[in-house]
Amino acid sequence: MAAVSNQPTFDLREPGGWRRNKNLIATGLMYLAFVVILIPLCFVLYEVIAKGAKAISWQFLSNGTIPPNVMPLGQGGMGAAVVGTLEITAFAALMAIPLGILGAVYIYEYGGRNWFAKVISFMADVMVGVPSIVMGLFIFTVWVIPQGLNGLSGFAGSLALACLMLPLIIRSTFEMLRLVPNHLREASYALGATKSRVVLTVVLPAAVSGIVSGSLLAVARAAGETAPLLFTIGAVESLNSNLFSGATTSLPSQIFSNALSPYVGAEERAWGAALTLIAIAFILLFTARIVTARFTRYTR
Amino acid sequence: MEQPEQKIQLTVPKSTEAAAKQDDDRFTGSPVFDANSVSIYYGTFRAVTDVSLTIFENEITAFIGPSGCGKTTVLRTLNRMNDLVVGARVEGDIQYRGQSLYERGVSPTAVRRRIGMVFQKPNPFPKSIYDNIAYGPRINGIRGKKTLDEIVERSLRQAALWDEVKDRLNKSALGMSGGQQQRLCIARTLSVEPDVILMDEPCSALDPIATGKIEDLMHEIKSRYTIVIVTHNMQQATRVSDRTAFYSVLRDDKSDTRTGVLVEYGRTQQIFEDPHDTRTQAYVTGRVG
Repeated sequence: MAAVSNQPTFDLREPGGWRRNKNLIATGLMYLAFVVILIPLCFVLYEVIAKGAKAISWQFLSNGTIPPNVMPLGQGGMGAAVVGTLEITAFAALMAIPLGILGAVYIYEYGGRNWFAKVISFMADVMVGVPSIVMGLFIFTVWVIPQGLNGLSGFAGSLALACLMLPLIIRSTFEMLRLVPNHLREASYALGATKSRVVLTVVLPAAVSGIVSGSLLAVARAAGETAPLLFTIGAVESLNSNLFSGATTSLPSQIFSNALSPYVGAEERAWGAALTLIAIAFILLFTARIVTARFTRYTR
Repeated sequence: MEQPEQKIQLTVPKSTEAAAKQDDDRFTGSPVFDANSVSIYYGTFRAVTDVSLTIFENEITAFIGPSGCGKTTVLRTLNRMNDLVVGARVEGDIQYRGQSLYERGVSPTAVRRRIGMVFQKPNPFPKSIYDNIAYGPRINGIRGKKTLDEIVERSLRQAALWDEVKDRLNKSALGMSGGQQQRLCIARTLSVEPDVILMDEPCSALDPIATGKIEDLMHEIKSRYTIVIVTHNMQQATRVSDRTAFYSVLRDDKSDTRTGVLVEYGRTQQIFEDPHDTRTQAYVTGRVG
């Protein structure tokens, strides 16, 4: 207040020189990383939309007869593959989601230091890293081959996809359960709740948004898998809506077989199928966001 | 502040119970808890050694002492909350109204249903205010809307919170202030009409005004409940409690171990004005801790 003329003994100004440059460089690198990540993403989306959009029509999505590769675009459609993908994925989700959530609840809430829980947890970790084609081969060996020709079916595909989803769901649910603060569990226990009550009325509701989005991510990932379906669902060109009997087809399988073909019509159909698959995954994830937003009403 | 316990006399207390009984000519209530040489372990670590004390009905009993002296551990043993900690183990006998708490066949759930707990950090569920209070009755099988409404109103009134929240019962409990959240947690504990309420530093996260409200509340509900409170605030202990138990840390330099012990237990007035143990005196006069 008094000695205005006094030189301040400290300096509050932004430091210049090397320290500021370091800051600039680090900031620049972060933006660069952001752009680098965006490039492949945008490129893939652009390519698929640019090349696939013209194939998309109501007929393409609904017509149940997939034309031979030589036919130009406009004949038949991917309806069989769309139905196949939706059915196979939905049934796989139906099997894997409850099982995965229950498994994670067991490992985290009930397992404790129990060796059995540790083994399951370890197996789930290992299974996340197993290549998807191995899942296909596994189901092929234990389910398809014993039944001979009748073995190929949508259900076999669902089994393979469920094997693929299961570890992902266990893993993500486990992480979500870990995030539920312990003081919430204690609050419930202190009111005389049993363990199952605590899990059902406190832990799962608190974790539900994460569990739902984790599960749907696993579903979306499985929906786009080709390898597990190669050996399990067979290949047909017409609609087979019966999940449990007879070979069927799926969008990834059709992308695979059409894209390999030299014919223009087939390639265009492959792009169209790719766009359809991306759209399905997108719709799934979008739904997940809406659903979880509803569930998290009370978390502030 | 650095490891003050080392400076003071390192003896395990003789039975402080006898001393407490001597002073206790005005004693009225019947015993609720009767702990007899209780030691509590976490794995191989002996957190608390040889605690014996009696807690009486319709009284507020305060546990005071420096950090790490095991007062919270003892508190959590009284409603078997420590069962939830992996590796926790209790030796000795704790009687609750004549029944052994750690006997074979005793259900922790049934114990906690009668002996409620309020925690250090307010921990309302991420649900509406109404659902927070109705949670306890619901898990105990009460379903009727009318009954639940009554319980919610009664509990919130007892916790002096009703007037503040009656118009927003369906709003999230997490939108309340810290003091309100803590009173909500008390109301939630009251909703199942427990016999005993254990409070683990219930005011440590609150400002003096919210603290005052909770202390008033404790005085008000004292006639119906038995309260045990852990506190770091000695003024709070003198304000609210009838009896005080002073715990301390006992260090053994040779084996480099430490454990919590009950140094002195008696009427709050006696503990603060005429402590029998030098360690108690050092602590309550603020020379240590």
